[in-house]
Amino acid sequence: MAKRIDVKDLNLFYGKFHAVDGVSLAVPPRSVTAFIGPSGCGKSTVLRSLNRMHEVAPGARVEGKVLLDGEDIYASSIDPVQVRRTIGMVFQRPNPFPTMSIRDNVVAGLKLAGVKNKKKLDEVAERSLRGANLWNEVKDRLDRPGGGLSGGQQQRLCIARAIAVQPDVLLMDEPCSALDPISTLAIEDLITELKKEYTIVIVTHNMQQAARVSDQTAFFNLLGVGQPGRLIEVDDTEKIFSNPSQKATEDYISGRFG
Amino acid sequence: MTTTQTADLNRLATPPTFQSVSTARKIKNGVATALVYLAFLIAVVPLVWVLYTVIQRGFPVILDIDWWQKSLSGLLSRQQGGGVYHAIYGTLVQGLVCGLISVPIGLFVAVYLVEYGGRSKLAKATTFMVDILTGVPSIVAALFIYSLWITTFGFGRSGFAVSLALVLLMVPVIVRTTEEMLKIVPDELREASYALGVPKWKTIVKIVIPTALSGILTGVMLALARVMGETAPVLVLAAYAPFINYNLFDGPMASLPLLMTAERNNPTQAGFERIWGAAITLVLIITLFNLLATVISRWLAPKTK
Amino acid sequence: MNERIVAKRPADTDTGARRGVPAARPAPEAPIPPTTEAEKKAPHVRPGDRIFRGLATGSGVFIVVLIGAIGLFLLIQAIPSLALDKVNFLTSREWSTGDVNNMRYGILDLLLVTVVSSAFALLIAMPIALGIALFLTQYAPRRLARPFAYVIDLLAAVPSIIYGLWGLFVLGPVLTPIGQWLTSTLGFIPLFAEGNVSIEFGGTIFTAGIVLAVMILPIITAVTREVFDRTPPAHVEGAIALGATKWEVVRTTVLPFGKAGYVSASMLGLGRALGETIALTIILSATGTAFGWSLFDGGATFASKIALAAPEFNDPRSAGAYIAAGLVLFVLTFLVNAAARSIVAGHKEYE
Repeated sequence: MAKRIDVKDLNLFYGKFHAVDGVSLAVPPRSVTAFIGPSGCGKSTVLRSLNRMHEVAPGARVEGKVLLDGEDIYASSIDPVQVRRTIGMVFQRPNPFPTMSIRDNVVAGLKLAGVKNKKKLDEVAERSLRGANLWNEVKDRLDRPGGGLSGGQQQRLCIARAIAVQPDVLLMDEPCSALDPISTLAIEDLITELKKEYTIVIVTHNMQQAARVSDQTAFFNLLGVGQPGRLIEVDDTEKIFSNPSQKATEDYISGRFG
Repeated sequence: MTTTQTADLNRLATPPTFQSVSTARKIKNGVATALVYLAFLIAVVPLVWVLYTVIQRGFPVILDIDWWQKSLSGLLSRQQGGGVYHAIYGTLVQGLVCGLISVPIGLFVAVYLVEYGGRSKLAKATTFMVDILTGVPSIVAALFIYSLWITTFGFGRSGFAVSLALVLLMVPVIVRTTEEMLKIVPDELREASYALGVPKWKTIVKIVIPTALSGILTGVMLALARVMGETAPVLVLAAYAPFINYNLFDGPMASLPLLMTAERNNPTQAGFERIWGAAITLVLIITLFNLLATVISRWLAPKTK
Repeated sequence: MNERIVAKRPADTDTGARRGVPAARPAPEAPIPPTTEAEKKAPHVRPGDRIFRGLATGSGVFIVVLIGAIGLFLLIQAIPSLALDKVNFLTSREWSTGDVNNMRYGILDLLLVTVVSSAFALLIAMPIALGIALFLTQYAPRRLARPFAYVIDLLAAVPSIIYGLWGLFVLGPVLTPIGQWLTSTLGFIPLFAEGNVSIEFGGTIFTAGIVLAVMILPIITAVTREVFDRTPPAHVEGAIALGATKWEVVRTTVLPFGKAGYVSASMLGLGRALGETIALTIILSATGTAFGWSLFDGGATFASKIALAAPEFNDPRSAGAYIAAGLVLFVLTFLVNAAARSIVAGHKEYE
């Protein structure tokens, strides 16, 4: 089910502020693409534009195209809600719904879309929790609130919640930045497994992480404060980390940035 | 405590390790502390005094089971006994109907302000008007409903007219508390919901409001407790009846505050008992709603274990 | 390595948290305050969203319209009666509306009694409320601050009719000797002169003002407390580190920071006092004599005058006279509350 994404000349704005300038890149299906770059370079903004979360902010605007298997997600006939159902997202900080139990958290997307069949919901909950490597840890307390789990468990719960609606693409916005090293490792293992079925795009500040989990890496940078962020180069991860074609990329990954 | 005075650099002798605080500063500090504590004590005095008065004068009255089961129907003003269930009914029903109207309005206004309004002109105007509404005196609210409901539309005085006036007093309170509660719902939850492909309205109804529910309901209970003690609207908009009237929409209807004002013209011992009995009953109802608010907030607050 | 990169964060990456939201979201890139769906090129709005948004926006509009309607309806009802008024509405001290063919009424006395009793109440309540707010935010032991604050809030939970009864029947008699002493020793000052009602009975502006003060204490305290709580800890710690005593800390950090909030809170209290109805209706003794600037006068405020006459509103023409008075009260409280709001509006740090 995994689909490919093609971004064509994407420009993103917050009001008058031009946040991202002219990004074009292709994300192949069943692979992991990492977005790296300094803070403020627009990598998260680009990620959020891939499932139309960017426009949730007031005054936010999008120009250019994002194609999901050839279909423009910004076409006027497309409902942003459908786009987000097809392209799931995991956030920087784990954000389980505090009023819901672990099980209800996982199936929240389905329940809110009107699925009532309890048997089906239970199935999906188990499958998704297994998919997120969390089943064994929580199977005895599915009715407890999600807020009682540890940070790493909560983040895997959020991943389970995202894959429960069976999206084609999974976007992850610095999913490990709020987690300890052991939980981070668990999530990274999970990403490697998930890519068998999903197209994954991950934003990370951690370059080792990008090197460990991704097949393709995109480096974003901005030329100065107040300037829009740009995509500097995108290539196989191995190539980016060993022999990048741009000097800025090399400076950044070797720590000589700025 | 040490002081701010810098050491005298020209002095050769070693100064003491800790400089002492000058007496004047100590005295000032002491006086200020005493005054601040005193202010709090002064405020506690009338509270205790009022409650003592109400309990001492009213408590013996409400021990009689008749107080809760009978009305004052057929009793002469000097005859002791009887009860106030007709007024309790009026107070509760007028308050609850007011709540039924106010809660949806208040909730939607708060949702508008937090989720839709942003920094638009209308949102600013609405916030301003909610503030103004908070300050509208209850007598003015009553006069407005009188002009609208009774003079313009031609309806008679009734319990429902009272409820309408109370709506004006209750809505701003609900808007304020709900707004505060919605604001502290983290945006991350809204985003998580959008990212699952949930439409905005459903996100608000199923995620945002449930998360804030305990706070909202607490606010509603407190607001209810407040409007039930309002006297000015019942004075203007309802006629007193010493007997039970179940019909909110027609005829004279008693409520505890109205009963108290009516009995003020009764100089007998029976009048005294009725006034203070009604006072303690009102205080008990208000206390009950306050307790209910606490229980609800404990019971519904998002849990972690 | 990464630490260094993080440190490169440019200046414009502050969090997009909205008013009142505790920086819940450390926005990684650019500020993203998510309140409204952006204006879309694609006008694809779900019906559910459209209805819900309509209801919410409609409710907002309703509130704005409501305030306008209050003013408008009171005005419509008042105008015919004002036309029948045989004396000047604003400057006359008479009030007789019984004979609709010869209505003579003016608000001067009502206005004076209302303002004087509220001002007196404010004078008492302001310093005490300040003290309580300081006590609750700075002095009270941390664990007790909340229950203590709850006690003060309880003052607001007591219905005003009970304050009225208590004020007249319990507090009034206690205040009588104080009043008698004041009139006999300070009677040469007009404010403490013998009034136009019996001090014995206690139905004076003096009693009313003290009860009003008790009633507005909780609102002034609550708002002031909230502002004092927002004093930046850095200011306080700075003062403490200089070796300031507790009082010096308060004087140099908390009070300057919270001054505007305190003034605004007091205005809110004033608004409450101006409109208080039933307590004053019960306490103030009626009198035929005009207000003579003494605290030991009786009389009526706007609200108590209306409340006393309300059960007999039958002829729209005489009711209109009271509605006209109500309109003046509405305008008065509107102005006071708007002023309170505008004071705070200039202070972003309170939000």
